[in-house]
Amino acid sequence: MGFKIMGEEKVAVHISKELYEKARKYVEESEGEFKSVDELVEFVLKEVLSEEVEEKVFTKEEEEKIKERLRALGYI
Amino acid sequence: MVSKPHGGKLVNRVVTGRRREYLLEEAKELRKVSVSESLAADVSNIAHGVYSPLEGFMVYNDYYHVLYDMRLANDVPWTIPIVLDVSREEILGLKEGDDIAISFKNTMLAIMEIEDIYKWDKREFCKKVFKTVDVRHPGVSKTMHRKDLLIGGSIYLLNDVPEPFERYRLWPVETRVLFEAKRWRTIAGFQTRNVPHRGHEYVQKAALTFVDGLFVNPLVGWKKTRDYKDEVIVRAYEALIENYYPKDSVVFSVLRMEMRYAGPREAILHAIVRKNFGCTHFIVGRDHAGVGDFYGPYEAWDIFNEFPDLGIIPMFIREAFYCMKCGGFVNEKICPHEEEYRVKVSGTKLRKMILSKEKPPEYMMRPEVVEVILNFERPFVE
Ligand SMILES: [Zn+2]
Repeated sequence: MGFKIMGEEKVAVHISKELYEKARKYVEESEGEFKSVDELVEFVLKEVLSEEVEEKVFTKEEEEKIKERLRALGYI
Repeated sequence: MVSKPHGGKLVNRVVTGRRREYLLEEAKELRKVSVSESLAADVSNIAHGVYSPLEGFMVYNDYYHVLYDMRLANDVPWTIPIVLDVSREEILGLKEGDDIAISFKNTMLAIMEIEDIYKWDKREFCKKVFKTVDVRHPGVSKTMHRKDLLIGGSIYLLNDVPEPFERYRLWPVETRVLFEAKRWRTIAGFQTRNVPHRGHEYVQKAALTFVDGLFVNPLVGWKKTRDYKDEVIVRAYEALIENYYPKDSVVFSVLRMEMRYAGPREAILHAIVRKNFGCTHFIVGRDHAGVGDFYGPYEAWDIFNEFPDLGIIPMFIREAFYCMKCGGFVNEKICPHEEEYRVKVSGTKLRKMILSKEKPPEYMMRPEVVEVILNFERPFVE
């Protein structure tokens, strides 16, 4: 998946100096895969958030309806 | 946790409520394209997210990339084009941007926005998808008889085709809720188009040993003559699961989808579809989705190497046989004995026995399953 940071609005985030140094070292050793700590942070956050925020295509109400059908059919 | 839908988002193109009423009225005014049973199944599968991330029939750009790179234009793995073929006459006067209605028999299925109209080279399609242009291959002969133009675009589903096995029809949105309700974190999908014999049972249970749940999902619909009828498959599985599977470890549902017999490419499609149902693992058989000797026995395993980003884990389980020395069902990898001790359960042998109303022995097929099948006057497609 492409990695865009150009042209997007930016905000500042604070992280510990220690973590920053570790990240900076990682970027140096990445052999050009990441150009800056900002890029690394953005990449990692994106990965984590895409795992967590799975877009549900149904509401709680619809979920209950689905469960009702599954119960009626003996699946649960 | 159930698997993420392919391409990231579970597609839902089902229109409901007042909007549906409105579109049903509109559909009456539109040009109508009448489709085959297998295309009607594709329409439903697209709309209910079985083919996520597809939102409609493929436009040329996706068609081209799938044919040559086995990926959609946006780089998501996809191996068999999902296309809607029409004749020149059917779409005479229509252009890109127009809407058409898609119907099957007397059912108005969907409205499609035509985004693309293009010609296809059917021979080239066969060469790529089936790896042959030999018309003895059922997929090739079917493709060569299809119409000359393809139309691509998003669909809006208004009605599903009535399903004779409604009680066993689950859509991805339902299996996902179901798997979560069962608190399964790992689920192995099993593809089939056959009644279960002991070899199938072995493979399924070998997989189940490593995961929380098993999802048995036979394809129903278009089949070759001499295949088992859909109802026979459903009833046979009911008997097997009832008598030989732990109650909370298996979910059984049917999927109406055409068998294409495209071997390795179809194995990937079958895996993607089960990923959309929420499976984390997929059992890939020897000569999966093959026919005759068009594909090598392990081609369908090798192709998975080309898709490290598929998002579902293939489980390559060897074919099982009964070994008299081992005293049970085993496979090549775990049995050291010679051929003379091994009894292979062959589908062809079983079919012959069933045709002559003979009871297969218990090491080939469970007696409860045999009974169900023999109760059918005519268990095969004629
Ligand atoms: Zn043995």
